[in-house]
Amino acid sequence: MSKKMLAAPYLLWMAGFIIIPLALIVYYGLTDKSGMFTLANVLSIARPEHAKALGLALGLSFVSTVICLLLAYPLAMMLRSRGVGRGSFIVFIFILPMWMNFLLRTLAWQTLLEKSGVINGILSALHLPTQNLINTPGAIVLGMVYNFLPFMVLPIYNVLCKIDDNTIDAAQDLGANFFQTLLRIWLPLSVPGIISGITMVFVPALTTFVISSLLGGSKILLIGNVIEQEFTHGSNWNQGSGLSLVLMIFILLSMALIAKYDQNGEGSTF
Amino acid sequence: MNKAKQLFHRIEQDFYLVLIMIFLYAPIVTMIVLSFNASKSRTQWGGFTLQWYAQMFASRNITAALQNTLLIAFLSALIATVIGTAASVAINSMRPLPKSILMGITNIPMLNADIVTGISLMLAFIAFGISLGFRTILIAHITFNIPYVILSVMPKLKQTNRSTYEAAMDLGATPVYAFFKVVFPDILPGVLSGFLLAFTMSLDDFIITHFTRGAGINTLSTLIYSEVRRGIRPSMYALSTVIFLVVLALLIISNFAPRKRTK
Amino acid sequence: MKKTTFTLILAAGLSALLLSACGGSGSSAPSGNSGSTSQADNSSTENASTELYVYNWGEYIDEDVITQFEEETGITVVYDMFETNEEMYPIIEAGAVSYDVVCPSDYMIQKMIENDLLATINFDNVPNIDQIDPAYMEMATAFDPENQYAVPYCWGTVGILYNTKILEELGVEPPTTWADLWDERLSGEILMQDSVRDAFMVALKKDGYSMNSENEEELQIAKQDLIDQKPLVQAYVIDQVRDKMIGGEAAVGVIYSGEMLYIQEEVAELGLDYELEYVLPEEGTNLWLDCWVIPKNAANKENAEKWIDFLCRPEIALANFEYITYPTPNAGAFALLDEELQNNKTVFPDIDSLQNSEVYSYLGDEVDAIYNDLWKEVKSN
Repeated sequence: MSKKMLAAPYLLWMAGFIIIPLALIVYYGLTDKSGMFTLANVLSIARPEHAKALGLALGLSFVSTVICLLLAYPLAMMLRSRGVGRGSFIVFIFILPMWMNFLLRTLAWQTLLEKSGVINGILSALHLPTQNLINTPGAIVLGMVYNFLPFMVLPIYNVLCKIDDNTIDAAQDLGANFFQTLLRIWLPLSVPGIISGITMVFVPALTTFVISSLLGGSKILLIGNVIEQEFTHGSNWNQGSGLSLVLMIFILLSMALIAKYDQNGEGSTF
Repeated sequence: MNKAKQLFHRIEQDFYLVLIMIFLYAPIVTMIVLSFNASKSRTQWGGFTLQWYAQMFASRNITAALQNTLLIAFLSALIATVIGTAASVAINSMRPLPKSILMGITNIPMLNADIVTGISLMLAFIAFGISLGFRTILIAHITFNIPYVILSVMPKLKQTNRSTYEAAMDLGATPVYAFFKVVFPDILPGVLSGFLLAFTMSLDDFIITHFTRGAGINTLSTLIYSEVRRGIRPSMYALSTVIFLVVLALLIISNFAPRKRTK
Repeated sequence: MKKTTFTLILAAGLSALLLSACGGSGSSAPSGNSGSTSQADNSSTENASTELYVYNWGEYIDEDVITQFEEETGITVVYDMFETNEEMYPIIEAGAVSYDVVCPSDYMIQKMIENDLLATINFDNVPNIDQIDPAYMEMATAFDPENQYAVPYCWGTVGILYNTKILEELGVEPPTTWADLWDERLSGEILMQDSVRDAFMVALKKDGYSMNSENEEELQIAKQDLIDQKPLVQAYVIDQVRDKMIGGEAAVGVIYSGEMLYIQEEVAELGLDYELEYVLPEEGTNLWLDCWVIPKNAANKENAEKWIDFLCRPEIALANFEYITYPTPNAGAFALLDEELQNNKTVFPDIDSLQNSEVYSYLGDEVDAIYNDLWKEVKSN
């Protein structure tokens, strides 16, 4: 009985700073400026400018997630096959950039991609035509992949490390080639890590406003930018909250995905 | 196995690893190089200089932001560790249903979008009449840090043996004494890694801080954001070089320092 | 039983930590809720207060001036910056942070007055108000009819900055009108302002409408124009336009007149092989006036008045002018300038020559919302 009292500060904290704030979002999202109930804020997602922003955000974050997965899976397999533990140098090398400040990582790409940036500088030094790199959807995808790649690598790597070498050897002894082992052994056993990685990349990519504002030159409006501006510029908190509620649907979906495939928390990132 | 084929495979792999490494490090190296460039231009080398470093350390804004960042990271990680560890102990002894409800709540700030967490906290602070400033950032950081602590401590708690704790009590130890003598040493690695994780999460956060900060308070993240939107600032390159080196040093220390590995 | 005590101690310890952390940071401004109780609190602490919360545009003051003010008065200045009027407004409105003195533009001041967010200034505490050229006080009556709320700080116009070299390479003649920003040859070479009113001003003026238009049809046309222009635009920026133009990133940029002196000095100093010229478009432009105002929920109103008075001193206004290079309405500071600068028409255009130009006015919440929605349509397109 007394042991449970230890949860008291935590419960109070969570009630005050998680539950009540979320309830406030729901309240603002479902009322208008005078406090009357309305669904208009949530339904405003169907307005063309919001729908476009959401569609673009979904598209770009989907592409980023796929690229992250394609880059991360082989990487995680290779890291594992080096037969090294978490503290090893090579794993360390790949985690290091992740601990750089998120904004500095984005700033770095801005520096590279800008019109008079480093990449164009190199191109023109080689007498090649300069490219229009910044302020394009491509630049935003690049920023997302760069920033969120470690969130894909780590959970997959953690899950792969738990696969018993004997299982792989057994498959190979039984005559399975590389692709058969990949399809029948590696992939099925790493599903929790993959799912966890996907949500760890997809959710922040879907909701970002920083990457799109720094690498998109404010020309590309994602749903995150719309919400941020409703709060910081438009001062229409009700609409901003309504759109946040729409976003939360996607977040709930990913929570459900995790709950379904990763019941034991195997695919945790850390 | 065919040796040549294996070697070839290995080279292929190395090639891939190197490519990814270039992708990860090229931007960072670029910034480090530019931080020593006397010219503000990103394409012309204007000679070697340390002026951006001097400018950085002389800037009242940057040093204040650095101080805030470290103070908030430390305090929020510490408080989150205490609350989170206590909560883990309690949750661990609960029945399955309340346990899973609590773990579900714990997951919210981790899985929720930062922008939603940030906005919801801002709305709450304004609704409660707490003026935005240092303490609101601190509260926000504690809030998103607690789950990381719980998730680090819980697995270790599951591994502890209940009977040793009970044995200690049978031998006349008080629960508190038994906890600190028997259980705590077992979960200490989890507590420590929870603290470190919380610390780094706090250092890295921008979005939640962006919505909960108030007058004259900047963390490094919010400072960088406003500086970058204002123009080209080579002192930001200097700052990132310094941060990179500090992170490098910290990670080396925490990863390679000899330590007792608990099972 | 023991565990319970432990929990209590824990909770007590935590709250103590939290409180000490807040106290230590010195940022515990009284909450900005405009209730009678907090008003009472304010007046009781007013005499002893040694703090001042200032909210200003980015790069809009000489930092030495802040230090000098602190040394002279013993008041600690907590200084914070915003990028656009639109960003500043919700912060003041919500009272999330109670600032003591803020520097918005004309139309935003009008909005704040109409929504009862501002306190009248006690001019007995601002004797240096005499230094402000009466012409600008007159100009301020457009949004502050009785000159009760606002003290002019800087003024200027919005125009087009162009890079002579890039334009030559592109074979485009220097722009003279807003319409030139729709020239297809400038694709990817245009920097537009990333704020609602400024962006719509450009399009509305190009079409010969008022920049304060409330006409739905005119606004739709302006929106469509901005959408048509978007593929040509390199980026929508605010303060960055200055560094980007100096860096030769774009051929033309929409910019505030005040940046000109700094830009020309910088170009000369860096020895760049191009020149940046400023032009006031023929269709007319926005004439703006930024003023210091005191929000109603200010906790340190007297300090705010000291601050305003300090900034109105001719030598301080001069120091600020030399640093930020925006035209000053301070007659005393203007008199201290050399003749060459006084006659520099880019920096100090004759107000008479700006016949087609207008000052923004606040159009009401509903029209504001229309502008915001249309702007979102442009940005998301």
